[in-house]
Amino acid sequence: MVKKIYFQSIFFSFFFIKDALAAESGGMPQLNPEFWVSQIFWLILTFGIMYLVLSKLILPKISNNLESRKSQILENIEAAEKQREDSDAKLKEYDEIISKSKLEANSIFNQAREKALKDIGAKREVLDKQIDNEIAEAEKEIDVLRKNAPDKINKIAIETSSELLQKLIGAEVNNSSISAIVDDLSKRNGDKYYGN
Amino acid sequence: MAANPMSQFDVYRIGPQIKVGAFDISFTNASLFMILSTVSILLIFNLGSKKNSILPNKIQLLAELSYTFVSKMISDTAGSKAKPYFAFIFSLFMFVLFCNMFGMIPYTFTVTSHIIVTFVLAAFIFIGVTVIGFIKHGFGYLKLFVPSGVPAVLLPLIVVIEIISYLSRPISLSVRLFANMMAGHTMMKVFGGFVISLGIVGGWLPLSFSVALTGLEILVAFLQAYVFAILTCIYLNDALNLHH
Repeated sequence: MVKKIYFQSIFFSFFFIKDALAAESGGMPQLNPEFWVSQIFWLILTFGIMYLVLSKLILPKISNNLESRKSQILENIEAAEKQREDSDAKLKEYDEIISKSKLEANSIFNQAREKALKDIGAKREVLDKQIDNEIAEAEKEIDVLRKNAPDKINKIAIETSSELLQKLIGAEVNNSSISAIVDDLSKRNGDKYYGN
Repeated sequence: MAANPMSQFDVYRIGPQIKVGAFDISFTNASLFMILSTVSILLIFNLGSKKNSILPNKIQLLAELSYTFVSKMISDTAGSKAKPYFAFIFSLFMFVLFCNMFGMIPYTFTVTSHIIVTFVLAAFIFIGVTVIGFIKHGFGYLKLFVPSGVPAVLLPLIVVIEIISYLSRPISLSVRLFANMMAGHTMMKVFGGFVISLGIVGGWLPLSFSVALTGLEILVAFLQAYVFAILTCIYLNDALNLHH
């Protein structure tokens, strides 16, 4: 209901507006030439002064500002580029130094290893020689011992058998006859005890 | 006075009558707003160009953005040859823009809503462009009226049409701006009158229209200044780079 009254009042009030507007009269003030000359004069004056001030004083300054900012930014970019290049070069240098020192360390290590190996080899040779010598001496001794062994055994055999006979028989037995027998026996059995 | 939508365009004398010879050059409300516009333009751009910091402050940014905006507009439409006319087109754009925008403040006077003002500007542009064209190309500038690739039979007709269209440039340029400003302000006034006459009950509808129209008119104020400047650039382009 309220809504209806609202829109009705809007609708009806349009009739009154027409009357209100019709009461006014007069055409466009723009076509009244009374102040044309004045407007032209003031337009030329103000626009002319504004143009002169803008073109001679203000616009060159603004363009100058823009230019200087542009060039400064370009300079800064250039400087930054240069610094980047410098740092790149330094990085390369650093890398080179690192790789060089790595190589150096490697070679030093290799040298040390070779030297150590050489030392070890020399020492081993010496030791080998010593061992060989000792082995040879020992073998010689063994040989001597082995060569002397049958004689000693024969001697012991003769002595023990002569003593044995003396105790058994109670008479002196000629050593030479016993040794002949022992020699004969040992010659016969020698091969059995000594492989050679 | 208040109810008549046209009364806002009345020009009236402020102070005494000044007469030079037969001409009345009294200071009027139109003169006042011309001076206000130019002074505010000069103030803003003077402030905006004073300091040169790498990081511009707000007013400097405003000045530099306007500078690059107009300079881009000119180089896009008229090429690099139009550079000497940059200051003029910049002043023109700013003057029309500020006059239009000052008109958007209630109880102010819109300088550009008067045909005589826009016509003087347009006529000056027309004469200037024509003079530049004849200086640059001599009588070859008349080739502007003879488009290439038109059949010989149609040529007399085309030339007449081209001449008429060329001569109507100042009229179309001035009437476009003046009519836009006048129509917009009249419409706003009419809707404002509706608000009063419909009162507290029915006034809300025209009031909302008025609010919307204000936004539209601000857009129109900028757009008409832009159109005025860019058409000047296009005419200048015709005079500088003869394409026909």
